[in-house]
Amino acid sequence: MTFGQLPYDVAHLLGGGMLLLSFVLLYQRRIGAVINALALQGAILALAAAWQGFMQGAPQLYLTALIAFGAKAVLIPFALRALLRRFDLHRNVETALGIGPSLVAGVALVALAILVVLPITAGSKAIAREDLALALSVVLLGMLMMITRRNAILQVVGLMTLENGLILAAVGVAGMPLVVELSTAALVMMLLVVGGVFVFQIRERFDTVDTSFLEIHRGERP
Amino acid sequence: MLRACFPAGPCRSPFAPRRAGGYTAARDSLPPAPVLTALALCLGFLVLLAAAAVPLGRHPRAGLLVHGGCLIAALGFAGIALAALLVGAAPEGLLLPFGPPWAAARIGLDGLSAWFLLLLGLTGAAASLFALGHPPGPPRTLPPFPLFLAGMALTLAATDAFLLLGGFELMSLASWALVAADHEKEENRKAARLYLIFALLAAACLVPAFGLLAGRAGAITFDAMRAAPPEGWRAAAVLVLGLVGAGAKAGLVPLHAWLPLAHPAAPSHVSALMSGAMTKIALYVLARLLLDLCGAAQPSWWGVPLLVAGAFSALLGALRANLEEDAKTLLACSTIENVGLVVLGLGLALAFRGADLGPLAALAAGAALLHALNHGVFKTLLFLVAGAVAHSAGSRRLDRLGGLIHAMPVTAGAALVGAAAAASLPPLSGFASEWLLLQSLLAGWRVGGIGVQVLAAAAAALAAMAAALAAAAMVRLFGLVFLGRPRSPRGAGAREVSAAERAALLLPAGLTVLFGLFPATLLSLAAPALQVLTGPAAQAPARGLWLVAGEAPSGYAPLFIALLLVLALALAWFLVRRRSPATTQRGPVWNCGFIDPPTHLPFGDPLTQPTAGGIAQPLRRMLGQPLLRARESLDMPRPGETRPARYAAGFEDPAGPLLLAPAARLRDRIAVQAEKLRDLTIRRCLSLSFATLVGLLALLAWLESR
Repeated sequence: MTFGQLPYDVAHLLGGGMLLLSFVLLYQRRIGAVINALALQGAILALAAAWQGFMQGAPQLYLTALIAFGAKAVLIPFALRALLRRFDLHRNVETALGIGPSLVAGVALVALAILVVLPITAGSKAIAREDLALALSVVLLGMLMMITRRNAILQVVGLMTLENGLILAAVGVAGMPLVVELSTAALVMMLLVVGGVFVFQIRERFDTVDTSFLEIHRGERP
Repeated sequence: MLRACFPAGPCRSPFAPRRAGGYTAARDSLPPAPVLTALALCLGFLVLLAAAAVPLGRHPRAGLLVHGGCLIAALGFAGIALAALLVGAAPEGLLLPFGPPWAAARIGLDGLSAWFLLLLGLTGAAASLFALGHPPGPPRTLPPFPLFLAGMALTLAATDAFLLLGGFELMSLASWALVAADHEKEENRKAARLYLIFALLAAACLVPAFGLLAGRAGAITFDAMRAAPPEGWRAAAVLVLGLVGAGAKAGLVPLHAWLPLAHPAAPSHVSALMSGAMTKIALYVLARLLLDLCGAAQPSWWGVPLLVAGAFSALLGALRANLEEDAKTLLACSTIENVGLVVLGLGLALAFRGADLGPLAALAAGAALLHALNHGVFKTLLFLVAGAVAHSAGSRRLDRLGGLIHAMPVTAGAALVGAAAAASLPPLSGFASEWLLLQSLLAGWRVGGIGVQVLAAAAAALAAMAAALAAAAMVRLFGLVFLGRPRSPRGAGAREVSAAERAALLLPAGLTVLFGLFPATLLSLAAPALQVLTGPAAQAPARGLWLVAGEAPSGYAPLFIALLLVLALALAWFLVRRRSPATTQRGPVWNCGFIDPPTHLPFGDPLTQPTAGGIAQPLRRMLGQPLLRARESLDMPRPGETRPARYAAGFEDPAGPLLLAPAARLRDRIAVQAEKLRDLTIRRCLSLSFATLVGLLALLAWLESR
């Protein structure tokens, strides 16, 4: 299976699409656009999983695709939007590293991922090699997003991108056991993180029970 | 189950046939493998003893059991070492049924390790016997003692770097627990902390040193390392790391700061073992690493760092021994001096071997080996004497003792033997080995290169000075502790120690006399060790009962000297008897013009006797000011003032301000930097791990592209 054959090309296209969306995530300046891109990436991940399930004849991957679509393309983006609306958060992306330098760093990371993965996997099937390189790039870009953004929601988005990359790698390897379980567990973790952010925001905004919070305002403590 | 590797046919060690004098007959009565089996059994016995000491700790007879067991094991070590030296042990070693994950552990004995095992057995036996007679210490001192012995024996029995370092660390940790045994006192805690730091430094240097050798050899066994000697920067790195690592444990200047603190902190039998055996184990590691494993082809300049460090250790240790006022600290400083002398011998052996001067290399190595054994025995004796005195007279401070020769005659006799040997007086053991060492130093001009020649001449001067200073220190020690009158009521009430302790003192004292009278026999016993150090053609520098200085026409016949001394003494005694009146007459003693002591000081006013500081004064002024930053201050009241005059004198070891203080500052600076990591935000923490990941991936990519 190599260039010019349909299964390879489609898998490659979907993986490349995810990588492209990772870059899109990096250069957005509005949080709403970031969430849209994340939903799109989740949808493409679901497509990639379904395509792999069709190609490998592994029906459990359809389940993975379903879960990915339901949670990542629909549920979590809706939740994040609700969070954004309800607490009236800043709609701007606050960066620790500028947009331009982040993109340059992202390109360097993709190059690094290719340099690492391609020689290691020499000899295995081409589709796995390319997929692994793409997945590692997505993972690294997710981590890059986590450390170059100050906003908690954007850090959660980075973590989700990272997890998308892991799932992409898992579905791309034929015969990988426990893919469904892995993706479900990762999903539960993501839901917990998003829930945690909710709780954190609520406590911070309205519902604090810590009286030391008041001392600052009364001038007893700097 | 133990599996022994029997060689095909009757095994004769490669060392066995070569014997000087009357030892030419190789005795094959003992097959070699049982020697190693016995060694393994002794090691296992010690470990079991340590395990048993934990639950039994508070039982009144636990000390009896543990120290009795240690005595048996130590005697076993001495016997095993003798058998290995005379007959040879199986050169293949003995496979133990356990070990590190990659291979079973293999123990073995060659000439060098057997020689040091003999030393360990003798000193361990004396120390254990002393502990048997001594009143029991706190229970927490019991389990580490057998482990300490086992660690040292394991270091010697190792045939690969892993086992050697394991034994070395076991030794360090167990002795640390013993140094920290009396941890209620602040100074003991400080000593234990410093001791641990230096033990860590030793490990941090020795592990990479062996790693460099193993990396080149591709295996960690000694055989593989010997087959692939290091070259270039690797060799230099091994030299530096080995010297620092083993030197830190042996107490070489400038890494000696822990020694004068740790020895007084430990119980007496432990400090005897630390000084007599543990520093020698470190020297064994040094000799094994630099003289054996690095191959015989190393150049002459390899001896230079050892020469310099050894000469300065000898001088500084001997000088400090003259200034210290605590008996055990004084003995610890004397240990620094003697370790320096042994390292001097090893360095000379390296220099001679590099210049292809085989007989002279054997002479220097023989001097080092002999001095290591002799010092181990007489220093054990002296530390045990210090322990007996401290227990019986209630103090270790020289200014609170005195006149103990009347109350403790046996201890005083043993101390006299030990002090005379430490002062290198013939015909005792210290003289024989220092004579050999000075002979080899005087032959130092035969190494080519003006630098080494000048260094050898300077080292000879320093070694001679150190020997003289050591003699002065021993005169001061014996005179202040045993002669004169008691200086405190507690000292006046001293009693002779128990029978077991007396036996423990007489054993090393007898060995000191014996080793002094028959050094040539001992050296021919050490011939296998010499062959390990200086090549298979090495001959012990001994002929019959004479010591000979290589090819030089000088020799030392201890029996003859002893006979002359006995004759001279007998003649003097005879003349005195002959010329003196027939009956002893007793009359009033002139008290040097002092008034009679007051009634509350029945033993006389201590201030009328010389003090430790007073005897040290001339040397402190002469040598202490340039070398030890000695200082004196006098606060004299003006006429009419009623306050007393005050005189204060002291000194500071240069290792403190030059080594320890900068190291402490560096530690503080690093700690401040490391503390900053705790204040990082979550984003910075993530960045750290992300940077690590990217760095590792980049490393992987770089490695693949090569």
